[in-house]
Amino acid sequence: MSNAEIQVIYKRPESLTDLHTTYCPGCTHGVAHRLVAEVIDEMGIREKVIGVAPVGCSVFAYNYFNMDFVEAAHGRAPAMATGIKRVLPQNTVFTYQGDGDLASIGMAEIMHAAARGENITVVFINNAIYGMTGGQMAPTTLPGMKTTSSPYGRDVELAGYPIKMAEILSVMEGSGYVVRRSLHDAKHIRQAKKAIRLAFETQERGLGFSMVELLSSCPTNWGLTPQKALEFVEERMVPVFPLGDYKVNAELETLKV
Amino acid sequence: MAKELIKGNEAFAEAAIRAGVEGFFGYPITPSTEFLEHMAKRMPELGRAFVQAESEVAAINMVYGAACTGKRVMTASSSPGLSLMMEGISYIAGTEVPVVVINVMRGGPGLGNISPSQGDYYQMVKGGGHGDYFPIVLAPASVQEAIDNIALAFDLAEKYRSVVHVIADGNMGQMMEPAELPPMREIPTESPPWAVTGAKGRDPNILTSIYIDPVDEEVTDLRLLKRWKEVEKNEVRYEEYEMEDAEIAIVAFGTSARVTSSAIHDAREEGIKVGLFRPITLAPYPQKRLAEIAEQVERILVIEMNSGMMLDDVQRVVQGRVPIEFYGRMGGITPLPGEILDEIRRVAQNEDEVEGDPRNEWMARLEKSILGGK
Repeated sequence: MSNAEIQVIYKRPESLTDLHTTYCPGCTHGVAHRLVAEVIDEMGIREKVIGVAPVGCSVFAYNYFNMDFVEAAHGRAPAMATGIKRVLPQNTVFTYQGDGDLASIGMAEIMHAAARGENITVVFINNAIYGMTGGQMAPTTLPGMKTTSSPYGRDVELAGYPIKMAEILSVMEGSGYVVRRSLHDAKHIRQAKKAIRLAFETQERGLGFSMVELLSSCPTNWGLTPQKALEFVEERMVPVFPLGDYKVNAELETLKV
Repeated sequence: MAKELIKGNEAFAEAAIRAGVEGFFGYPITPSTEFLEHMAKRMPELGRAFVQAESEVAAINMVYGAACTGKRVMTASSSPGLSLMMEGISYIAGTEVPVVVINVMRGGPGLGNISPSQGDYYQMVKGGGHGDYFPIVLAPASVQEAIDNIALAFDLAEKYRSVVHVIADGNMGQMMEPAELPPMREIPTESPPWAVTGAKGRDPNILTSIYIDPVDEEVTDLRLLKRWKEVEKNEVRYEEYEMEDAEIAIVAFGTSARVTSSAIHDAREEGIKVGLFRPITLAPYPQKRLAEIAEQVERILVIEMNSGMMLDDVQRVVQGRVPIEFYGRMGGITPLPGEILDEIRRVAQNEDEVEGDPRNEWMARLEKSILGGK
């Protein structure tokens, strides 16, 4: 191969801007953003995508994605996405939400978006903690896990149990594709990307609501190094939040991506 | 087009359809429900978006999302529903997208009742949601005026990228009266340049209400304030009835103004020189004209279906030039023309100064009349 034929094998996706993010070192938001951006590039849909950013660490997601974006109130992204999709059905609409946003304050909005079979895609970052406000207990915080608002560890007798969104949303008849993946190592990241692709394909085919739950790390608020935080995802979170396909529309099962 | 006998809520909804609304998102609540029902029937017929949301919180956020695409979108609700929507309305105001919100007001606070009221004056006129923003508020007094105001509301919302509230009350939503609906407006095919539609062949559009640097937020708030000053300059609307030689001016809006007009007719027959000043825009408030009226008349009587909320604005404008008296009914009670006529007679004979809060004497009289002096 001559020099003139050098091939680009790795570059920033067109769907990402070249801005530095506000995410902490070792946080998996950057990985999740990149996966979403790669999928949008590969599907060639960037110019028709409208994203909906949440409230939480990814509140500025609209600065990092190179596409039309709106910023929702806390938890309301699925409602906002519904409004957009209903008046612009030819566009591709996705929300990017954390666990406090989606599984606590926005529980009604996500449940009913799924129940209606809203043709939107949801990227759900589950890191078991409120990151932006400095590490409080989330609806997905593990039993016994210490946070600034559960300083003695989450006592399930008083603070209840972690909410398993993929399982819950999978029983909605309006759901076309609901899966849980993890971002703790390269193999699982590749699986996560495939799932994100299938979630967007679900929307493109009009098969209803799609959500990919991504187990993610929060080294800063967990008080762990980035590497230890990834081990925490694998060893502590995966047993509580089992990875898997919870709802897959039959039309997607034969789809090769 | 000929006049037809039409129910308020259905007329408002059909007026919105004729004005080109492309998305309606709502939640059932008395006394505004027929609005949603009419939309449920008509919007799908026309291939337009209708969603019955899971709550008013979700409904207003659907409106918010849809408004970001530059389409004409709206919701309609009633007092407790508006309380739930205030979060979204603040975001909409902060994002500077045009939205029309109808409030068919009912008695409160709390669950209150489903009878007509004007008790949301503060909430609707003074903002209601958090932060520095200024909604435009239209207060029609008849089904016909509401029909006309709904088309106007969309035009104003788009002209000023603002939230526009049209406030009616249960009387107007529920009553039937002859009115004429406008012809169907064509839906624009072009999107405004700020809308999110997919960044095809252009830089991305981002719509947000977050300005994390306080300097940027102050710049934004100043822009909203300057825009509001334009609204104040251009969009004040009011109506005067029998005001030419009036010695007593009644200031009232919506249904209470309408009941007042019949009382004025009877009072005039008795030789009392009384007229009505009726703000149609409660925000911007018609303060310049009201200040002129305060120079002309000897006394002002404010009549509302609440505990004296617009009274604040009248006092602010009049600044003690003439005595101001107040008469109100609360809790979902609409005053009868006879009650207002009695008030006009009383005010016509009263030459005393009004000491302190104009509501004090009214409260004493009201207590006596409703509790029989117990």
